[in-house]
Amino acid sequence: MTRFLRSLTPDQQMGLLFVLVFGTLAVATLVGFLLSLRDRDAEGRDAGWWQGLKAYREGVRRSWLMLGVFWAGWASGPMGALWLFAFGSLLTLREFISLTPTHRSDHKALLLCFFIILPLQYGLLATGHYGLFTVFIPVYAFLALPVASCFGNEPQRFLERNAKLQWGVMVCVYGLSHVPALLTLDFPGYAGRSAFLAFFLVAVVQTCLLAQHVASRRMKRPPTLPQVSHSFNWRSWLIGLLAGGTVGVLLTGITPFKPGQALAMAWIACAAGSLGHLVMKAIKRDRGVPHWGGTNSGVTGASGLLDRVDALCFAAPVFFQSVRWYFGA
Amino acid sequence: MMARLFGWLLLGFVRLLTGAQARWLGCPPKAEQRIYFANHQSHADLVMIWAALPEELRGKTRPIAAKDYWTKTPLRAWITREVFNAVYVDRARTDDSDPLEPLMQALEQGDSIILFPEGTRGHAEEPQAFKAGLYNLARAYPNVVLVPAWINNVQRLMPKGEVVPVPILCSVTFGTPVALGAGENRAAFLTRARQAVVDLRVA
Repeated sequence: MTRFLRSLTPDQQMGLLFVLVFGTLAVATLVGFLLSLRDRDAEGRDAGWWQGLKAYREGVRRSWLMLGVFWAGWASGPMGALWLFAFGSLLTLREFISLTPTHRSDHKALLLCFFIILPLQYGLLATGHYGLFTVFIPVYAFLALPVASCFGNEPQRFLERNAKLQWGVMVCVYGLSHVPALLTLDFPGYAGRSAFLAFFLVAVVQTCLLAQHVASRRMKRPPTLPQVSHSFNWRSWLIGLLAGGTVGVLLTGITPFKPGQALAMAWIACAAGSLGHLVMKAIKRDRGVPHWGGTNSGVTGASGLLDRVDALCFAAPVFFQSVRWYFGA
Repeated sequence: MMARLFGWLLLGFVRLLTGAQARWLGCPPKAEQRIYFANHQSHADLVMIWAALPEELRGKTRPIAAKDYWTKTPLRAWITREVFNAVYVDRARTDDSDPLEPLMQALEQGDSIILFPEGTRGHAEEPQAFKAGLYNLARAYPNVVLVPAWINNVQRLMPKGEVVPVPILCSVTFGTPVALGAGENRAAFLTRARQAVVDLRVA
């Protein structure tokens, strides 16, 4: 079995992985469909059970979409993935800015975010300037944005307005751009297989979030930070970390790491992702929106893309740096 | 041909920038003769509401464009005439002509129209008081359905004085149709119509 797997090219291995994951999803879809065929009245199930099923099917559908996007990113090569994520950055930043009101005089700074910083960040990635890529936004963009804001000639709430823009760019552009960065960076002795790292990151972080979500719903413990999140507590967070770590260890075979290292990497990604998710919750609470999108979309028409990628946005840069450090690249 | 291609490109561009989402809360999109009336904060309002309408209705729904602004350059004139199929209205009132004349012509032909009853762009969050045109049209054409609409966020897309738009999510909310009551006077009707638009803001 392992010999067969080793005999495949990296591309074939990755294809096999996608077949496996798509197959799992197909089974999950089938299970949801079969459960939905049950007679509503005869079984005597309460409304809560049906709601749970609805949420489950919704989750599966969402996973199809996310996985479909990742597959498209992988299948179209590193440059395709780059365009895909650049577009994703544009959409998430649009959503973020729409829900955090800006002032009229912020217009120039907004133009800078969308039309200069975003393309430059992905451009640096495309041309392989990894050194500048990692410092461009936290250093240069953070210094340039207040300057552009100054030229709006409006000092009211200056610091607050700039913080909004800076964090919007940080999360939606800087964070998200590190996912395709994993795909384009060739590590010594690991050429052509970096897609596995992106897969590892996404699988680990999503598992952690899912486990954390399920655990907090099942245990019904009082939230640790009730003002920020109704569901966050340390025990379910630890369960999420454990689940993410387990998946990380199971996936050791597709990574360049040894099992212990895979566990450490998974924990780094999970901790960054789940705590980042918490940060975004605090921002949402401050804005008074329960979700960035929500099922019955509000007057802004946001579709909730940010809800889906916020953990990844925090996990990707930390994971990327850890991997680079590991390879000494 | 050119106009169709351009309209198609513009639609894609507007969707990319704003999402151009339509929220039909008070009534479904329907092929009946309607007057859509909305708040007006930016020249892009016209494009927004045009993009938010479904394809089938877009051809039969004509926005009202201010003649002085939209015919200033050949490009603007071409876009409003060929792409939006707009009805021009003269804001510089002359004594011998009724400014509503072109609107009535369009309604006679069976087209729906998009109207900004404030007459000019407002800069406050809430729309200004409505002009009498809406009332006069409602009285002259009692069978035309009056649909209030709230255009959200467009002022952030491109504030006054800026040239380059910034991507921001915008939406158009369509509310429950308003009808002119029997014996309702002008001021009462216009206030009620304006309130119907304002109410959609938080809906």
